Amino acid sequence: MKPTVLVKLSFRSIFRNRMRSLLTTLGIIIGVSSVIIMVAIGEGSQAQIRDTINSMGSNLLIVMPPRGRFDANRLTQKDAERIRAEATLVSAVSGTLRRSVTVVGGTGNWSTTVYGVEPDYQAIKEWQLQEGEFISEQDVKARRKIAVIGTTVAKNLFGSETGVGETIRIGNAPFQVIGLLKSRGTNSMGQDQDDVVLVPLTTALIRLSRNNYLSTIEISAVSEDKMTEAQAEVEGILRESHRLPDDRENDFEILNQSQIIEVASSTAKILTILLACIAAVSLVVGGIGIMNIMLVSVTERTREIGVRLAVGARRKDIMLQFLTESIVLSLLGGVIGILFSLGVVAGLGKFSPIRAIVNPLFILISAGFAGSVGVFFGYYPARKASGLNPIEALRTE
Amino acid sequence: MSLLVMEGLRRYYGTGNGGVTVKALDGIDLEIQPGEFVAIMGASGSGKTTLMNIMGCLDLPTEGKYYLEGIDVTTLDPDRIAEIRNAKIGFVFQSFNLLPRTTALENVELPLLYRRGTQSSRAIREQAMEALSRVGLQDRMDHVPSQLSGGQQQRVAIARALVNRPSLILADEPTGNLDTEMSLEIMSLFQELHGSGITIVMVTHEPDIARFARRRVVVRDGMILQDGPIPEPSRAEEVLKRFREEHTL
Repeated sequence: MKPTVLVKLSFRSIFRNRMRSLLTTLGIIIGVSSVIIMVAIGEGSQAQIRDTINSMGSNLLIVMPPRGRFDANRLTQKDAERIRAEATLVSAVSGTLRRSVTVVGGTGNWSTTVYGVEPDYQAIKEWQLQEGEFISEQDVKARRKIAVIGTTVAKNLFGSETGVGETIRIGNAPFQVIGLLKSRGTNSMGQDQDDVVLVPLTTALIRLSRNNYLSTIEISAVSEDKMTEAQAEVEGILRESHRLPDDRENDFEILNQSQIIEVASSTAKILTILLACIAAVSLVVGGIGIMNIMLVSVTERTREIGVRLAVGARRKDIMLQFLTESIVLSLLGGVIGILFSLGVVAGLGKFSPIRAIVNPLFILISAGFAGSVGVFFGYYPARKASGLNPIEALRTE
Repeated sequence: MSLLVMEGLRRYYGTGNGGVTVKALDGIDLEIQPGEFVAIMGASGSGKTTLMNIMGCLDLPTEGKYYLEGIDVTTLDPDRIAEIRNAKIGFVFQSFNLLPRTTALENVELPLLYRRGTQSSRAIREQAMEALSRVGLQDRMDHVPSQLSGGQQQRVAIARALVNRPSLILADEPTGNLDTEMSLEIMSLFQELHGSGITIVMVTHEPDIARFARRRVVVRDGMILQDGPIPEPSRAEEVLKRFREEHTL
C-alpha cells in the first residue's frame, strides 16, 4: 500500500473517533508541552543568571581576600599596580575599596555604598556616563576629592537636578561631583546598580580606610577564552608580590567570572534536567494511553482486518496500517503540544516576569520523541493486528 | 488448463497431543475449468466452508495438493499467497463484510489498494466505478453500507470481488442474509457474470439457490459425495420476473 494511502487511512480513522482520539492524544499533548515548557523555563533562568553575572563586568577576574578571613587581607594598591605593569593577558585593572557610608549633600542625606576606584574601573564595569566625566589618572594621583554618582544617589540628594558640579560630604570631607553614571536599573538579583558613589581609590584609602588594604582588585582579561590563563598569570604575580614561598597557600582568592557562571547555572541546569525528566514520564504515560486505545481499536476492527486480509493485504500491510495510525496519532499530539507550549511561553513572556527560552532544536527533538512514542507503543497492537487469522477475523461479530 | 485442481486434499483440526482430531476435509479430489458456475452443497459441518477457505487461499491443507492456474499454492510463502488472493480471487460473503462508514466506492477500491505495483488514485477510482456500474450501482457510489439495502450491499461486495478481474469468484452463502427477491437479484447477477465468462464457485445449503448454478458438488463428512452437472438450471431472471408478478398483485 502506498504511504500516502496509509496516512490518509490513518487520518480517516482518527477523525472517525474524534473525541476518543483527542482524549488519547491528550497524554502526548501534556507530555510534549510540559517537556518544552519546563526546559524553556530552565533555559530562561540559566540565561538570567548568566546575564546577571555578565553585568558585573566583562571577562572579569576578582581578586579578594581569602574567603571568610578578611583580617588576613594583604591586597594593596601596589599589587594592583604590579598586575597592571606585568600581566600580559589583562586589559584593565582597578583596585577597589568598598564602604557603606552616609552621604550628605543637596537637600538631604543618603545611605549608600562608596567605591574607591581607579580609572580602569569604568572599562571593567562597562559604566557609561550620562553627564560629566569619569575619575582620571590625575584625580587618583592627586588624591582629589571628587566623586561620580549613580542616578539613585543623585535623585535622593538633588531631586530633579543631576548634581554634577555640586558638592557632597562623605565622612565630613567635601567632594565635588564631576560625573553622573548612566542608569543601569536593578539587576536580576534585585540590587539597585545605580545606588553607588565612585571616588578616586587613593582618596578613599585616606578618608575611609584605617589601613591601606583594598577590598578587591578587579581585572578584565583580554578575551573570554584567555580567562583561565589570565587567572594563572595574576596568581603568579600576586604570589611573587606577596613573597609567598612555594609551600604556602595563597593569601588571596581569585574569582573567575566564567567559573561563577558555571557554578551558578549548574544548579539551574540540574533543575532543568530534573523537570524535563518528570515531564518525560508523562510523555511515556501518554504513550501507554495510545497503546491502550490502539489495542481497543484492533479488537473493534477485527472484522475489517479479516476483510483486508481476504482481499489481498499482506501481514506487513496490516502492520503498517496500524503503526502509521499510532504514529500519526502521537505526532498530532506532538504538534498540538508544541503549539500549546509556544503559546504558554509567549504568555509567560508577556504577562509574567518568568523568562522562558524555547530552543528550536528542542522542538524538533520533542516532535521526534513523540513520533518514536508512536512507534514504540504502536508496535505491539500493530503486531497483534497483523497476526490475526483471516478466517477467524471474518467470523467475529 | 484447469482453473483449479485439488488432489487428495485433507484438512485436520485439533491437537496432536491426545486431543480429538477433527477431519474437516478427508480426501478431496476436485477439478474446475475456467468459466464454470459450481455450487458446493452440504449440511453444516460437512466441510464445505473449509473447502471454500482453502480454495480462497485463506487456509492451507494439512495434506494434499492445491493448484490454482497451475501454481501449487501449498508451497508458497504467506506474502505470495496474499498476492494470489488479491489478483486471482474475489470473495463474496454471507454477511457482505463491507467496511462500515466507508462509501461503496471506497469499499470497491480496497482490493486495488493492495495490488502490487503502483497505480494512480484516479485509475483506481475509475476501475472501481466501472465495477460498481457492472452491478448496477452507479447511482449509489457515495452511499455508506448503512444507507444501502442488503441486496445493494451484497452487490457492492460483488463489485469488490470483481474489481481486480479475478480468475475465480468465491461466494460463501451469498444469499443467506437476503430475502427471496434480493436473493433472486443476486443470482441473476451471478448468472449474468457467468455468461460473460467469469468462473464462480458458490457455497450454499439451499437447493433452490444451487439450481441456478451449472454444476453441483455435494460434500459430506469431508468427502465429495456427488459431483455432476445440473440438468436444467433455472434462469434467475425469469424466476425473478414471475416472483414479482405474483407479489405485485
